[in-house]
Amino acid sequence: MSVLVYIDHTDGEIKKSSLEAASYGAQLASQLGVAAHGLVLGTLNADLSALGKQGLQKVHQVKNDSLNQFDPGQQAVMVAEAVTSLAATVVVVSNNVTGKALGPRLSARLKAGLVAGAVALPDTSNSFVVKKAVFSGKAFAQVAVSSPIKIIALTPNAFSVSNGDGSAEVADINLTVPAAKIKVTGTNKIKGQIPLSEAELVVSGGRGLKGPENWGMIEELADLLGAATACSRPVADSHWRPHHEHVGQTGGAVAPNLYFAVGISGAIQHLAGVNRSKVIVVINKDPEAPFFKAADYGIVGDAFEVMPKIIDSVKKLKGK
Amino acid sequence: MKILVCISKTPDTTAKIAFTDNNTKFATEGVQWIINPYDEWYALVRAIELKEKDPTTVLHLVNVGGAENDAIIRKALALGGDEAIRVNIESQDSFTIASQIAQVAKDGGYDLVFTGKETIDYNGSSIGGMVAELLDWPYVSLATKLDIEGSNAKLTREIEGGEETVEASLPLVVSAQKGMAEQRIPNMKGIMGARTKPLKVVEPVAVEALTSIAGFELPPAKAGVKLVPADNPEELVRLLHEEAKVI
Repeated sequence: MSVLVYIDHTDGEIKKSSLEAASYGAQLASQLGVAAHGLVLGTLNADLSALGKQGLQKVHQVKNDSLNQFDPGQQAVMVAEAVTSLAATVVVVSNNVTGKALGPRLSARLKAGLVAGAVALPDTSNSFVVKKAVFSGKAFAQVAVSSPIKIIALTPNAFSVSNGDGSAEVADINLTVPAAKIKVTGTNKIKGQIPLSEAELVVSGGRGLKGPENWGMIEELADLLGAATACSRPVADSHWRPHHEHVGQTGGAVAPNLYFAVGISGAIQHLAGVNRSKVIVVINKDPEAPFFKAADYGIVGDAFEVMPKIIDSVKKLKGK
Repeated sequence: MKILVCISKTPDTTAKIAFTDNNTKFATEGVQWIINPYDEWYALVRAIELKEKDPTTVLHLVNVGGAENDAIIRKALALGGDEAIRVNIESQDSFTIASQIAQVAKDGGYDLVFTGKETIDYNGSSIGGMVAELLDWPYVSLATKLDIEGSNAKLTREIEGGEETVEASLPLVVSAQKGMAEQRIPNMKGIMGARTKPLKVVEPVAVEALTSIAGFELPPAKAGVKLVPADNPEELVRLLHEEAKVI
């Protein structure tokens, strides 16, 4: 019996969301009294034995460069085979872009119930119930999984990475590699930026900033904090900022430790994308802006006057 | 080419979220229902565009649910599509729904099954991947672009911090998100025409659900916003550092 954690990687490194999944899987394994294993498909530069810090005992790897190009159909076959050979009863993946494609395929293949978007460890006292976010973060559901094998896709940034001093045993595993049916023809990554989905801090701007030329202060604050930048829908629709920065009901959903919103009124559709943030700061000159009701801290004031002072103050704090 | 677009019914984006029956059921009273925006704005509209480019394309819609879903299905048909199929079963877990759609796709001989990236109520992101596995077709998720050339599809999909261009052969399952197409408003001709388009009701295949919802809960209410005077923004930075400990 074991908990098997699918370890997702990019550019030779393990994704932070997979370190969270490994920490989650290891804690679940100790809750169930079983072993915690990791599975890596593809090749990395990272030292896989370091996954012991997150609590994994053993990491199985299929060293094959072609697997670095992601085909969820191909990988589902391989993970399913590993589940059988390692007698895994729970599979943990991150509910990131990879997990959203792999998790459902694996679920259908193994007839294993999937909880997509888990936010906490399961309650295993007399059944298997996992809490997940629903209604775009406006509520949670307790999902009971009835199948013998369970699959949990963990929401990024919902579970902290544990950092113990363990070291995992790393071994090759022999799995059938089916032919890939998806061919990757090009990759376009925005260099030097923190991906929104992985960001712990997010600085976001709205229409109140009046135009793309005024984004300097958003970028400067984000830079100082090591935060990602985001925006509201009207801003993306007006092409002031790229679409991938759009956060909200129809854009991306984020759950950072800090969501710092400048000049965003907080329409319900925007809140749907950010309401799982741990701390929300709102800067808006309209005291009636609905966002203040969802905020933890706020300043009713003109962003153009307030932001430079905040930036100065953060500079002092960071000793810059 | 034959396209099947999956249409889900969800509460309106501004609907009040509340629960009844000891927090086990969503309170539907007074709720406005809409077509799941990701299904409508992105998957359906892109499928309509593909049909406009190649009028020989056959475009069908599929929904899993009871007769109360027919109004939403007609709304989708008002945008476009030749006919709709409703699988007559109260929607249960993702696997049950995906199994019904996979059966419809198998029976209908489709080349492309198209879904939105997730529903705005359950946020599972699961149907497309499950349907693909049940059919043993390739799956491209979170796609922002799709073009078809013969039996080959060229797509762009999201990856962390960027995007990737990929190619796959039909038949194929695709989940769509923002970028794929722009929202359309149905015109009067579409609305009138939708009334007479075929809406076939088919009986479900027997499937055992793998998950069930034991209960819902609302997030704890926010304590209320702590306002900092506009002439002292330094205080905000201090609070974030010392009190909230997030910077």
